[in-house]
Amino acid sequence: MASYSTNEFKGGLKIMLDNDPCSIIENEFVKPGKGQAFSRVKIRNLKTGRVIERTFKSSESVEAADVVEIEMQFLYHDGEFWHFMVPDTFEQYSAGETALGDAKIWLKDQDVCTVTLWNDQPLSVTPPNFVELTITETDPGLKGDTSGGGGKPATLETGAVVRVPLFVQIGELIKVDTRKGEYVGRSKE
Amino acid sequence: MLGDQRNNSDLFWEPSCSLEVLQLRAQVYASIRAFFKSRCVLEVETPLLSLASGTEPTIQFFETHDQRGLKQHRLFLQTSPEFAMKRLLAASSGSIFQLAKAFRQGEVGRFHNPEFTLLEWYRIGFDLDALMDETADLLVVLLPSLANQKARKLPYKTVFKDAVGVDPLSASVTDFSAAADRFELPDAKSICGQDRSTWLDFLFSCVVQPVLVNIPLAMIYDYPACQASLARLKRNDKTVCERFEVFVKGIELGNGFFELSDSVEQSDRFDREIAHRQHGGLPAAVKDQRLIAALEKGLPHCSGIAIGMDRLLMLRAGVDDISEVLSFGFGRA
Repeated sequence: MASYSTNEFKGGLKIMLDNDPCSIIENEFVKPGKGQAFSRVKIRNLKTGRVIERTFKSSESVEAADVVEIEMQFLYHDGEFWHFMVPDTFEQYSAGETALGDAKIWLKDQDVCTVTLWNDQPLSVTPPNFVELTITETDPGLKGDTSGGGGKPATLETGAVVRVPLFVQIGELIKVDTRKGEYVGRSKE
Repeated sequence: MLGDQRNNSDLFWEPSCSLEVLQLRAQVYASIRAFFKSRCVLEVETPLLSLASGTEPTIQFFETHDQRGLKQHRLFLQTSPEFAMKRLLAASSGSIFQLAKAFRQGEVGRFHNPEFTLLEWYRIGFDLDALMDETADLLVVLLPSLANQKARKLPYKTVFKDAVGVDPLSASVTDFSAAADRFELPDAKSICGQDRSTWLDFLFSCVVQPVLVNIPLAMIYDYPACQASLARLKRNDKTVCERFEVFVKGIELGNGFFELSDSVEQSDRFDREIAHRQHGGLPAAVKDQRLIAALEKGLPHCSGIAIGMDRLLMLRAGVDDISEVLSFGFGRA
């Protein structure tokens, strides 16, 4: 089984910790001049997303996690699973609700997402930074109000709810930043 | 400068520090030479390559070899200029200083470069307290941020107890382990096991050092006897040794000893460390018999200290990665 020594630790390296796949965010080499060396490491648990701090004895070896990130196209949701395809190979993967997490409220057919695979199984899905979605429900705005001040909630075709300016109406296509869940602008089509 | 530690940095030919920092280093070296000249301390130079190695299990040397005919000799890049300088002291050199490169394998990080520069000096007739004062005098000259600051001298036991809540000298491994739980350090037990010295290193690094960040210039003295290294044990209290460390804003800058001159005890410590290395499966160390011979001849009463120049420059330049004070950091060497 592949493993890494703490000397190889760096941001982005994927390791196994307490049976969970994790990604190293930051590694600090700590050593009192005459004493034992340690690696103090900030790690993200890729299953739960939680960030924790751990310490390793220097040059200790840690099991590598078989984790890869692949760009895939979202195909469809069958009610239980979300199906994705690698465009180059047509290889298909299906991901459950836990792996989707927050991504599920942004995905529309054809969107290209980053799917993180652990032992060839989808572990998490990152939606594109920007998506374009149609508004399916929102209060009609006041006529003539183009200032956008205040705003109102709008439900999108995927079920996500974002705040939009008052002048934006049902049926319009808008651009949303999925990292913040914020309206960016009307989409020109 | 984090890019320096990545493998794809082969193409960066440029220096990893700015030209201002290159000039700053030259300036700092000039100040050091002026400081010691005014105090009649002689600048010396000793070999970087030696037939003997350091023995400390926590410090890993680089080794090479010298081929002469069919015979191969192991050679070691020094992990510190200490042994050679002590041989000069035994040969009646008087007080000496050196700006020397030292090499330690595997030490790479924000504050570590495997090849680094030490300022090491020895003062004949100085006890540890006098050396702490001189160290403070020098640091105030080299680091303008310390102007008007007085060094705070603190016993190891006090800072450790205040920060961790247990007595470093008398606490049991169970006490250390309970303290680690209080500070939410879940890995401590598996790392430190039953080894007191590792427990001390661990808790000092994780709990005490962050507290020292608030002290401009701290001298921590009376280290526990199990961390004596090349220091004498204290005459009236054998639980501690005549060693101090200097910290500027929590950054460890240097390590000073009232030097052990007992050749038998030194030889025993070497043997214990060599056995420890063997036990831990580390590359075999070669005991410095020439140092032992020099101690037998007689090392004058003296105290000595090594200061990490690269870290000092980091403080002076206000940068937070060691490669930013090196012409070419490890990733570009």
